[in-house]
Amino acid sequence: MSLSTTLTINGVTRTIELDDPRVTLLDLLREQLDLTGAKKGCDRGQCGACTIIVDGRRINSCLALAVSYDGADVLTIEGVAQGNLLHPVQEAFIKHDGLQCGFCTPGQIMSAIGLIQEGQAGDDPERVREAMSGNLCRCGAYPGITEAVLEVQKTPGTASRKEVA
Amino acid sequence: MKNFEYVRPTTVREAASAATKPGAIYLAAGTNLLDLMKAGVTKPNRLVDITHLPGLDQIEDLADGSVRIGALVRNADLAHDRNFARRFPAVAEALLSGASAQLRNAATVGGNLLQRARCAYFYDPASACNKHNPGSGCDARGGDNRLHAILGWSASCIATHPSDFCVALVALDAVVEIEGKTGRREIPLEAFHRLPGDTPDCETVLERGEMIVGVRLPVEAALFAAHARYLKVRDRTSYAFAIVSAAAALRIEEGVIAQARIAMGGVALKPWRAREAEQILIGAEANTAPFASAATAALASAKPSGDNAFKIELARRVVARALALAAGGTPERMPALPGSPFAAVSGILTHA
Repeated sequence: MSLSTTLTINGVTRTIELDDPRVTLLDLLREQLDLTGAKKGCDRGQCGACTIIVDGRRINSCLALAVSYDGADVLTIEGVAQGNLLHPVQEAFIKHDGLQCGFCTPGQIMSAIGLIQEGQAGDDPERVREAMSGNLCRCGAYPGITEAVLEVQKTPGTASRKEVA
Repeated sequence: MKNFEYVRPTTVREAASAATKPGAIYLAAGTNLLDLMKAGVTKPNRLVDITHLPGLDQIEDLADGSVRIGALVRNADLAHDRNFARRFPAVAEALLSGASAQLRNAATVGGNLLQRARCAYFYDPASACNKHNPGSGCDARGGDNRLHAILGWSASCIATHPSDFCVALVALDAVVEIEGKTGRREIPLEAFHRLPGDTPDCETVLERGEMIVGVRLPVEAALFAAHARYLKVRDRTSYAFAIVSAAAALRIEEGVIAQARIAMGGVALKPWRAREAEQILIGAEANTAPFASAATAALASAKPSGDNAFKIELARRVVARALALAAGGTPERMPALPGSPFAAVSGILTHA
């Protein structure tokens, strides 16, 4: 079979020829599509810097073979703002200092958007921390990240799928 | 990563046929497989992608009251399925104590059963390991083996099985549905993973080309819903493998234990069912004294495989405490920290 994959990325559908079956979604985004927001930290699913939302679910794009995700709907950090209007989670990260160096931040924000959509954590900081444990931050911005997520959680409807797409 | 041929079958039969080729391996979410391929530990010639196969992503209530979980159901979907989690709360708690939200969103039920051994030397192609190179020896024996097996290990291999999900499933008598070129068969999950013996490279009973198509929980498994817990002690609070874990499920009638189920994780190369410990509890009052006796029985044959004697006493305490938690009752809502000894749940005994 030919190695092509059709993906809808941040609302735009495209068919991409893959020259190698080993290409992960992360490498495809970064190396072929110039979408470098998702970061390659560990490349092994341990750090969460590569987190993107695929078919409405946050996943580690470093452990996803692009060819296998044929037909998927992909949302990356580049697709969450509407023009100059930041996504509520982006706004909250800035307000609560949920970052320092910023390397893990795209993954943190995509993970937080996924968490809010999952609807499991509510207003419990312990549940937010547990649900964000797949995203490491070496600067230790965790308190701000938790506050940012909690604030967005408190505002109903701010991070629904429709509004982020 | 070594290159491979990628094939995407459209039926289970086609997949089973494609996977009989030497060096072929099934790809589901790939959360463990890609990690192993990037490390150069697994080097398949062909990936048979089963993620597009229809009909394997359902959670079905069967006519006899049992539940069939399709092999491609995602870990998170199963754990958050209200009907499933209500009937099998220890399974949901075990699932949510494992990995991270991102991994649980991708990882499948079948893939969870087929996670490879947890051992740093197995993950390092430069180390001697009888799993990736039979006869080469085991660097873990003289290495950093604090977290290695205390039950069922051999001179060839002292690794442990990483799954939490499988521990709760084994406690509840889950059955694995397998399909291959010659048709369908099924086997209790307890008999699915092999102990290392002299052939640690043979990890499960699957024959070449066979695929897990589903996991079934019998109707009796739901009888424990009111008293079922999973407890997992880790080096950090979240997103870590078990040092030791235990699933405990009780059926209590008027304060007396009518039936008990106990299985342990992180102790052996397979989820470890403790049947003798279960027997000790039948007819006992649901309090701490019989729990301690059961825990002692559960570890009766344990032996350190290295610098890990502490795990034997730790496992006893984890079993006793899991039983105490189960006796206290399944919480209405999943604890904020699933499976964690730090989870605060009011009104129950937290120390055995």
